[in-house]
Amino acid sequence: MFKILRDMLRYNVEFAIGFVLTLSIFLFALAHFWAPLPDTAIYLLPPDMPPSAQYWFGTTSRGQDVLWQMSSAIWNTMLFGLTVTVLSRLLAVAVGMLSGYLGGRWDQALMTLNDTMIALPNIPILLLVYFVMRDSMSWPVLAATAALLGWNYDARLIRSVTLSLRNREFTRHAVFAGMSVPQILVRQHLPYVMPVIFFTAMNNLIWAIGLEVTLSVLGFSDINRPTIGGMIYWANQHQAIIAGIWWWIAFPIIAIVLLFLGLFLLAISVNEYIDPRSRLSRMGA
Amino acid sequence: MSALLELQNVNKDYRIGGFFDSATLRAVKNVSFTLDSSKPEIFTIVGESGSGKTTTARMILGNEAPTSGTLRFMGQDIAAIHSRADRLKFMARAQPIFQNPFEAFNPLTTIDYFLFSTAKRFLGLRDKAAVDAATDKALNHVGLSLAEVRGRYSHELSGGQLQRIAVARALIPEPKLIVADEPVSMVDASLRMSIVNLFRDLRDRLGVSIIYITHDLSTAYYISDRVIIMHRGDVVEAGVAQEVLGNPQHPYSRALSQAVLPPDPEAARKIIMAKIQ
Amino acid sequence: MLNTLQAPTTTDSVLRVEGLKAYYQMNYFGVRREVRAVDDVSLTINRNEIYGIAGESSSGKSSLIKTIAGAITPPLRVVEGSVKFDFGGRALDVYADPQAMKAARWQNLSYIMQGSMNVLNPVRRVKHAFHDFAFKHMGISQSAFRSRVEQHLHRIGLDPRVLESFPHQLSGGMRQRLTIALATVCEPDFIIADEPTTALDVLVQQDVLALIKDIQQRMGASIIFVTHDMTVHAAIADRIGIVYAGRLVEEGPTLDVFRRPQHPYTAHLISSLPRIGDNKKRSALPGKPPNLADPPSGCRFHPRCPLAVDKCRSENPPLVVRQTGRVACWRAGEVQAA
Repeated sequence: MFKILRDMLRYNVEFAIGFVLTLSIFLFALAHFWAPLPDTAIYLLPPDMPPSAQYWFGTTSRGQDVLWQMSSAIWNTMLFGLTVTVLSRLLAVAVGMLSGYLGGRWDQALMTLNDTMIALPNIPILLLVYFVMRDSMSWPVLAATAALLGWNYDARLIRSVTLSLRNREFTRHAVFAGMSVPQILVRQHLPYVMPVIFFTAMNNLIWAIGLEVTLSVLGFSDINRPTIGGMIYWANQHQAIIAGIWWWIAFPIIAIVLLFLGLFLLAISVNEYIDPRSRLSRMGA
Repeated sequence: MSALLELQNVNKDYRIGGFFDSATLRAVKNVSFTLDSSKPEIFTIVGESGSGKTTTARMILGNEAPTSGTLRFMGQDIAAIHSRADRLKFMARAQPIFQNPFEAFNPLTTIDYFLFSTAKRFLGLRDKAAVDAATDKALNHVGLSLAEVRGRYSHELSGGQLQRIAVARALIPEPKLIVADEPVSMVDASLRMSIVNLFRDLRDRLGVSIIYITHDLSTAYYISDRVIIMHRGDVVEAGVAQEVLGNPQHPYSRALSQAVLPPDPEAARKIIMAKIQ
Repeated sequence: MLNTLQAPTTTDSVLRVEGLKAYYQMNYFGVRREVRAVDDVSLTINRNEIYGIAGESSSGKSSLIKTIAGAITPPLRVVEGSVKFDFGGRALDVYADPQAMKAARWQNLSYIMQGSMNVLNPVRRVKHAFHDFAFKHMGISQSAFRSRVEQHLHRIGLDPRVLESFPHQLSGGMRQRLTIALATVCEPDFIIADEPTTALDVLVQQDVLALIKDIQQRMGASIIFVTHDMTVHAAIADRIGIVYAGRLVEEGPTLDVFRRPQHPYTAHLISSLPRIGDNKKRSALPGKPPNLADPPSGCRFHPRCPLAVDKCRSENPPLVVRQTGRVACWRAGEVQAA
């Protein structure tokens, strides 16, 4: 593992940049555990202070330090995004691989479900869930709901990969070697599906974070818990742009753009590394 | 005499075309033959692409059900095998060898996984030493050893070696029948003979019957005991290999045998020059 | 009839390959690999000659032919040596002058490819393929081009009506004949063919070979082709070059190579060919083909060679003229045709 990391840092510029970017943002987000003030506290600092030596990124109109707000916000937004991504990847892999490998009635049933889910509009469903759940709405519930909405396109993609693998000779050979369906899927097919998982994970993460931002900006989430979207929501509420409090909006947006960039670079370089063709070349095929 | 494998009037239809205008293609027509369990042999099915030879092989292995007719393996109707336990029992007795040795093993996983899986599942072995011993024994039959194969990936070995390992894997459960679909068409000429000789050896030494499927008449002549020639789903000629291939009677078998270029420049050139005139 | 077995009497060459080295150079995350697919090959092909290159998969024969055609893409690179054509006084150095190479394509130099379906677009009629490949090289009007194509098809025994059909309506043999027609419609001086009959059914193989031979004789073109199938070489090649592990190990007139192989590898290739009417046991070559990323020292065949001595393990035998051909073996005189 360490050797792989070292090789990738040394030989792949995209990976090195992506790694440094993501790592610094992660460390920055991690720092919120040592924040001097609780992140939900308001009006403890002088409001509307521009960036200075004391408040690096300025303060908000609600009397919060933008630096520490951002630290918490990135942490919470990432947590939400990653939860959605992991859950939806699990669903996509399970449905896609089973559907592609088993075929027949299983395939028909799973793909009917899949296509029905694709037809559902995301935002209205989430709003519906929000109105039904009301007070018991928390970020894990929102993440689970988003995960349920975010796997279907990728399940189709994974299904098509598995479908082509199913017709390869080594799959038939594996059956005659007595391997069970889980063994075939996990040991034989998963290495080919991994690049798809990684690549769609990236897309999905961006989608999930975007969804969180959208819902927060609209005010449909726990607005007291700092998130990137939540920060933008409060900045809008206080008409930060008109009032010239640009740092309240600019820094969260720069942070999220850098995070996307870092993750994107990581995703494409890792993808190149785990791609079967590149793997085979390195092994000397 | 008891039959190892018995095909009776086996037919296979495929529906081709769209939903509204479909036609049936009869890929295999009325094929019957019997392999005797007391007399192991190399039984060859010769045919070109589209002759139905691969479909027949798939039916024998239970990958495809016949449209009509029956295939019995050691008295059991192959198409009636449904449960996983029965299927495993059948696979322990009848094993396949595939066409492309590079495709038969997953390029991204080590080859020994296939061997160990076979030993665990079909021999019911749990103990690692016993699994290794069974695998090594099978590899010894093909002139290899576990030490040479353990931890290797398919690209580290030649096509001939891989095909021998594929044969060894098939031998682990000590099957009665091996179905080899074009096993040498992707193997280099210098290694081809080693596979073909291996089949002879398995028949004589281990008493395994082999169904050898090929389009290549010269290797068919070289190793077969009996042969059937298939053309568009029909068996056009059947019998003892040396007689059928040495002196074909049916026009199609004759055309097929004349289409084989002799490995001799003078004779081959005469055939080509005659075609030009 | 047998005079076709002799090498052509005209000695002027159309292709001269000198000291050609083409390597696959790869670098993935610090894993550097160099595969010497073509390693110091020199050969000459005469006008009006069919030259067959034989060898096993991954012996470098396909890389050799790609390098000769100037159709290589990274990671395969020419490291050393030259490929020079001479089209009736018009000289062309493939790796010195890519522009001239482009101009010569199809008109002087054409290809017969292996999978005919890869050449003929499955959703367009066959006539479009002719138009796409050959029209701009001929410099004649549309209608003149059309009649030229029809004339050409007629000459090689194909019904010009096939031009109006889609590839899937034609049989594999017919499609391969069309790709041959496509490669020869401009009457090139030199044709390169990669496994021209491998994907074909046995029954049409002879007809396709006869077609290639017939066109070559009538147009007086030179052909270089690659196949692993020795019987195809026996049928149409005037001379054969045997490639083993990226090197040319033997070359000579077809009949001589088959009757009196001088390299132990060639001898084995020929003796292991099974034939109908003879099922005496044939031996197989031991060992495995060499890894071109890490080839054996000395003669690359020595680990599998029954005649190998110490010298073979340490010193690489040069390709030297011997009898009617050339051979690279320290013990060439002692090889027995089995």
